[in-house]
Amino acid sequence: MTTEIKPQIDVRLPVEYTDARVNANIPAGPIEQKWSKHKFEMKLVNPSNRRKYTVIVVGTGLAGGAAAATMAEMGYSVKAFCYQDSARRAHSIAAQGGINGAKNYRNDGDSVYRLFYDTIKGGDFRAREANVYRLAELSVNIIDQCVAQGVPFAREYSGYLDNRSFGGAQVSRTFYARGQTGQQLMLGAYQALSRQVAAGNVDLNERTEMLDVIVIDGRARGIVTRDMVTGKIESHLADAVVLATGGYSNVFYLSTNAKGCNVTATWRAHKRGAFFANPCYTQIHPTCIPVSGDHQSKLTLMSESLRNDGRVWVPLKASDPRSPDKIPEDERDYYLERRYPSYGNLAPRDISSRAAKIVCDEGRGVGPGGLGVYLDFTAAIKRLGESTVRERYGNLFDMYERITGENPYKGPMRIYPAVHYTMGGLWVDYNLMSTIPGLFVGGEANFSDHGANRLGASALMQGLADGYFVLPATISNYLAQGGLEKVDTTHSAVQEAVQSVTALTQKFLDIKGTRTVDSFHRELGKIMWEYCGMSRTDEGLRYALQRIPELRQQFWTDLRVLGSGDDLNQELEKAGRVSDFIELAELMCLDALERAESCGGHFREESQTPDGEALRNDDDYCYVAAWEHTGEPSKAVLHRETLHFENIHLAQRSYK
Amino acid sequence: MKITVNVWRQKNTSSKGRLEKYQVDHVSPDMSFLEMLDILNQQLMAKGEVPIAFEHDCREGICGSCGVVINGLAHGGQLATTTCQLHMRKFKDGDNITVEPWRANAFPVIKDLVVDRGSFDRIIQAGGFISAHTGSAPDANGTPIPKENADLAFEGAQCIGCGACVAACPNASAMLFTSAKVGHLGLLPQGQPERQQRVLKMVAQMDAEGFGGCTNIGECSAACPKEIGLHFIGRLNRDLLGATLRGGSTVD
Repeated sequence: MTTEIKPQIDVRLPVEYTDARVNANIPAGPIEQKWSKHKFEMKLVNPSNRRKYTVIVVGTGLAGGAAAATMAEMGYSVKAFCYQDSARRAHSIAAQGGINGAKNYRNDGDSVYRLFYDTIKGGDFRAREANVYRLAELSVNIIDQCVAQGVPFAREYSGYLDNRSFGGAQVSRTFYARGQTGQQLMLGAYQALSRQVAAGNVDLNERTEMLDVIVIDGRARGIVTRDMVTGKIESHLADAVVLATGGYSNVFYLSTNAKGCNVTATWRAHKRGAFFANPCYTQIHPTCIPVSGDHQSKLTLMSESLRNDGRVWVPLKASDPRSPDKIPEDERDYYLERRYPSYGNLAPRDISSRAAKIVCDEGRGVGPGGLGVYLDFTAAIKRLGESTVRERYGNLFDMYERITGENPYKGPMRIYPAVHYTMGGLWVDYNLMSTIPGLFVGGEANFSDHGANRLGASALMQGLADGYFVLPATISNYLAQGGLEKVDTTHSAVQEAVQSVTALTQKFLDIKGTRTVDSFHRELGKIMWEYCGMSRTDEGLRYALQRIPELRQQFWTDLRVLGSGDDLNQELEKAGRVSDFIELAELMCLDALERAESCGGHFREESQTPDGEALRNDDDYCYVAAWEHTGEPSKAVLHRETLHFENIHLAQRSYK
Repeated sequence: MKITVNVWRQKNTSSKGRLEKYQVDHVSPDMSFLEMLDILNQQLMAKGEVPIAFEHDCREGICGSCGVVINGLAHGGQLATTTCQLHMRKFKDGDNITVEPWRANAFPVIKDLVVDRGSFDRIIQAGGFISAHTGSAPDANGTPIPKENADLAFEGAQCIGCGACVAACPNASAMLFTSAKVGHLGLLPQGQPERQQRVLKMVAQMDAEGFGGCTNIGECSAACPKEIGLHFIGRLNRDLLGATLRGGSTVD
């Protein structure tokens, strides 16, 4: 750490622990039967009654698009919303590598149980067993569904589907479409959604940002939105609301997420009563293109699939000035192969990222500022030929060359870890319902399936499992239980929500200070990367917890947003998002401070094994931390959902 | 590097636009084109001027949000590159760069460089899908698909819907966009039952949106950041002819 630390800061740690409000509602019975039994026990809505129910879906990525399309197919009246100009552009589109499916098409020992096991272990035993088993179970249906939609997965000459391997697994269970798997799955969901729009079953609202949840009689009954072109703020009512609005990596300013990705929908729901779970669990992806300068606006991921054939190394000597081709084999350190011989370059993301940080901290990093490691394809090109490498990764190599101006067929790529995904999110039970009844959360926006670290090719799987299969079933069950009074826009809760959004929007314009939104966002990002990034300490987090409220104070007194609220105003949109990121940042640091153990992507320097691996503390921290908003992020109350491991024994995770 | 940019400024759809000249200093060759616009916007805001609205999101060349005409070329003319992936090292110190929105009747300008591409969504809604109800799918390996077909289908499926093909076309035709989807789904066995109807409906919607006709110039394919080939237009025309002769029926 380079910035001065002031260790005397006193931070109030929460003391009011309670479990009562975070009941996961896990069905009884053996793990293999929980979902099918639950599906039978859940209530159904008669097909002819479904159109009487309105379901709002916010976000049109894999989880939201799939949920909206599927519920519309079932006959519900669906209203879908996205901030992009088209539903097809949700950030799921940028996922590169692949999607896991326990098909065992390779006959290499895969099974639903093994995918379940790998995901629990990969998540460092901080995910809920029942949810993860269901995810593994549904993985096979997802592959079937996507192929039926026309998703052009890679195939072999036989005409059958191809597979590749991914980090954290010893089987080949990843289905892919070159380096554009997310795009192809996304377009599958978008096309299914488009079909329902044409059929009149989905009212699709693009360029519309959700800015609040309407809660009536303790249930989620609608949302407040702002039309990003006209500035019109209005309410939309429904019988259930789904948030599928993605993750919050952009709290770090620099991340691999799209520039528009934000926490606003989930954060505002949190402020209305939805608990936020494990906010400190963030994934730092090991293979991204290093930062090139202060102008940097975002980071670009190079798919983890590259580690199938690329070898990661740094020079043995610190500050070695030689170009990579001048460094002989015996003066290179293939540190992943050395430290993790059985997984080698395919060690999971959290472990690979930390290993890269360690070698760079030792002064052995390469490229400008020493913040980079080599990802070398020389051996693969020699073994397979350049054309095979091009066939597998051509688009990624081209992208690397466009961004860096360097040709990766001629010399190794330089890569460095970057924030990529957030495992934390709104707390949900087994039915993916938040602590606000009627508010469901899918995909990256919820916390449920990845524990403290997500394995590669699992995000697409989870988004689609939630969207195509879980939410349509559990929402039907919720609606079938009835008790939903008819509400209209004259209700005081609706009026209050609309007024508060209107007032907040105006407030940003009225500050008339001197600093731009981006300047605050960059400053926040630096604090978070330094103190709540790849490794965290008690004193660093306490320091951040002092800095963030100061920044928030400056934001609300010195922000400058030009233009007006009644037309397209991209600065105004960003102001709202950054105001929420600043609040979230505080909760993330509080959560990271409270969890004085290392697990997965959350590495506390105080808690490590002698050889530098994350050291969990199962006696004290084997729980989900679900935070309740009570007015201020610093005053959030912690509710603990204890995790029970009945099928997979808690063990120190090893990839050696 | 020092760059001069002439940027199209237009308050809203109904107002008249104009080119405004701005100077951007301290441009690094490692910046992306959009990062250069970011810096320009920070400069404008520091002077109390409303920043330039432009569309962008993933900045990785896959979401299809960004897209402007740079010196007369959609996305700036670098092969297989979206605006967000274009880097300033492709320009020289002292260059004068003109930046305009996509120009097409079917893409009305919303503000500055932002246009409305909803017409593309409506073309897909007209038929750019396979009607596979969730839950109705057979085993994924139930139908082997020749690799050649799958690869070609993928080539069409790569379309990011950015609209560069329309912007590059002197007729503002959407044939490459429409044909990429018709080709993708028509090359797969799953896409056969709806193949005839699909092409008829998508082409009808394309015409209804006010896109121009295709005269096989090929600018669309040259500007396409995913390098979607003109042969997809050939495929569409063949399908359209066949479907029209059959009256949209799948039965010969």
